Amino acid sequence: MSLLDGLQSLGHGTLSMLARMGRAGLFLGRLMPSLDMSLRRPGLVVRELYASGVLSFVIVAVSGLFVGMVLGLQGYITLSKFNAVNSLGVVVALSLVRELGPVLTALLFAGRAGSALTAEIGLMKSTEQLSAMEMMAVDPFRRIIGPRFLAAFIAVPLLTLIFDAVGVFGGYLVGVAMLGVDNGLFWSAMHGAVSFRADVLSGLLKSVVFGFVGAWIAVFNGYDAVPNASGVSRATTRTVVNASLAVLGLDFLLTAWLFS
Amino acid sequence: MNSRTVEIMVGLFVVAALAAALALALKVSNLTGLEGGSGYKVYAYFNDIGGLKVGAPVTAAGVTVGRVIAIDYDPKNYEAKVTLLIRSKYNDFPVDTSASIYTAGLLGEQYIALSPGASMQNLKNGDQIRYTQSALVLEQIIGKFLTNFASKP
Amino acid sequence: MVQIEGLTFRRGQKVIFDGLDIDIPRGKVTAIMGPSGTGKTTLLKLIGAQLRPQAGRIRVDGVDIHRLGGRALYRMRRRMGMLFQSSALLTDLDVFENVAFPLRENTRLPGGVLRTLILMKLQAVGLRGARRLTSSELSGGMARRVALARAIALDPMMIMYDEPFTGLDPITLGAIVALIKRLNDGMGLTTVIVSHDVPETLGIADLVYVISQGKVVARGSPETLQQTDSPWVRQFMRGEADGPVPFHYPAPPYLEDLMGDAP
Repeated sequence: MSLLDGLQSLGHGTLSMLARMGRAGLFLGRLMPSLDMSLRRPGLVVRELYASGVLSFVIVAVSGLFVGMVLGLQGYITLSKFNAVNSLGVVVALSLVRELGPVLTALLFAGRAGSALTAEIGLMKSTEQLSAMEMMAVDPFRRIIGPRFLAAFIAVPLLTLIFDAVGVFGGYLVGVAMLGVDNGLFWSAMHGAVSFRADVLSGLLKSVVFGFVGAWIAVFNGYDAVPNASGVSRATTRTVVNASLAVLGLDFLLTAWLFS
Repeated sequence: MNSRTVEIMVGLFVVAALAAALALALKVSNLTGLEGGSGYKVYAYFNDIGGLKVGAPVTAAGVTVGRVIAIDYDPKNYEAKVTLLIRSKYNDFPVDTSASIYTAGLLGEQYIALSPGASMQNLKNGDQIRYTQSALVLEQIIGKFLTNFASKP
Repeated sequence: MVQIEGLTFRRGQKVIFDGLDIDIPRGKVTAIMGPSGTGKTTLLKLIGAQLRPQAGRIRVDGVDIHRLGGRALYRMRRRMGMLFQSSALLTDLDVFENVAFPLRENTRLPGGVLRTLILMKLQAVGLRGARRLTSSELSGGMARRVALARAIALDPMMIMYDEPFTGLDPITLGAIVALIKRLNDGMGLTTVIVSHDVPETLGIADLVYVISQGKVVARGSPETLQQTDSPWVRQFMRGEADGPVPFHYPAPPYLEDLMGDAP
């Protein structure tokens, strides 16, 4: 491939990416007013909350536990060099609540539930189910896409809270139960250092933003997918990649804004 | 999977998340602090507040009795004016109580420690603490040390 | 019932329809035929206002359908039923719920009335006993019949069939053909069939349009068309391999190509 061909592909790729972002913006504009049916018929959202939230519970909880345990272990190893193992609770809690909870939960969600959403909507598009719905006088944005978006948006912060709590417990398991850090000091040092408003709420705000962006990317890629097998497969991959990068990028911006 | 089961599972999920939130609020962070509780205001002027921030604890004998709620610069006497909110139930600090800025631990945050005086009168809302000790600034300490060292014969 | 006047539709650079004029009479079976790729499915989507033409007008029951806004358009769509080529059943619902879907979404009928209606629609297509099967348990022909029951669920005034005969075995084919005719006559529907299966379509159509290159090239009753002068229409009707639509894609002369070395 000559240099010119390479440049041409780059230009083409950039243009099509910009076009896709434009479509995503228009999509969001059309999606927002379509959420009215989701609010009038919460049963639709509940069903989707099961698919996105409940079924992600296990992976989030297990991951949270392991991450918390690793934090406990690594934190102990490092802090013991400074004779400061009693601050282990602080290290574990702050790392989880401020950063690892929101970011890892969002990444896990994008991989498990986000990709499933994209695949589902993409398949409905390629088997003409969305088209058939339109012909039956049912708006697919209101009936199908809206509830799934709303459910994903609600699920992410909830899952983040669970990740945080289970993670702290994991740190406790390793630090106190296994490595002998003093139980009282573990919790009291944590208590003193973790501010609900500055730390927990900021982390929660992050997860709300990640939830919005992740849900948007997932449902948009499904709706925008080329309606055949390889198109849906590419759209699914795109969701995982784009959502992950967006979460990490937004995390930097939000951290700079919230914690500086 | 009928809709009743689905709803129950979703309900459980939400309950679990709320329980996690509660645990985080109470056990992990210090939500049970005195956010805007009832207290009385006292002012203290410092030459240098160092790294003291709004929200820092005010302690007496090591116990948290209040919070720093405002820090301003007073252009009239070129000093920092710190507003302390002390909890109502700790209302017997003598008027000659002193306030010092200390650091918690080696790398910790700075806080104000109150050391009670001997007067019979107590501090009331709006009073000013007269005896203050500013934060220790590293450069000044090094400067002092070097001067001391240099002046030794 | 449906008047299409001067319809022009382009997709990118490609012109799909160029000044198409079609008149679909009420209560009759009208067939729209032509070779693959002439945009017959696109035409149905234009009639249903899922696509907008660049020029021309489509009137359904006297109303210019592309001038209708949101709610009015949806009200109009309730009176139009459509059977998709792939059946387009909702895969997470069983047969009963698939047929119930348009009723549940568009009406507030109580459960008992709903059940009766759905059983009646399923009875009309012969699948009342299959009502609890999931979509993966259905054969192609059965899926198409369920889709048909769903299309008539709201008692529309008109039904559009997109390639209803493709890929069916002879028995199912006969069943579908009979159903389409019976529904049209029994319910007084206006039926539009888009197809390229000549024998089945001619068997039940009252009026046939043949489309090619975005224009109508022939129009008339099945009998008229079979005695046509146009060699092109005759090739299409008789399914001849070669004729005005050539067998060979344009290429250089055979012997030259074999002797040469062009890739």
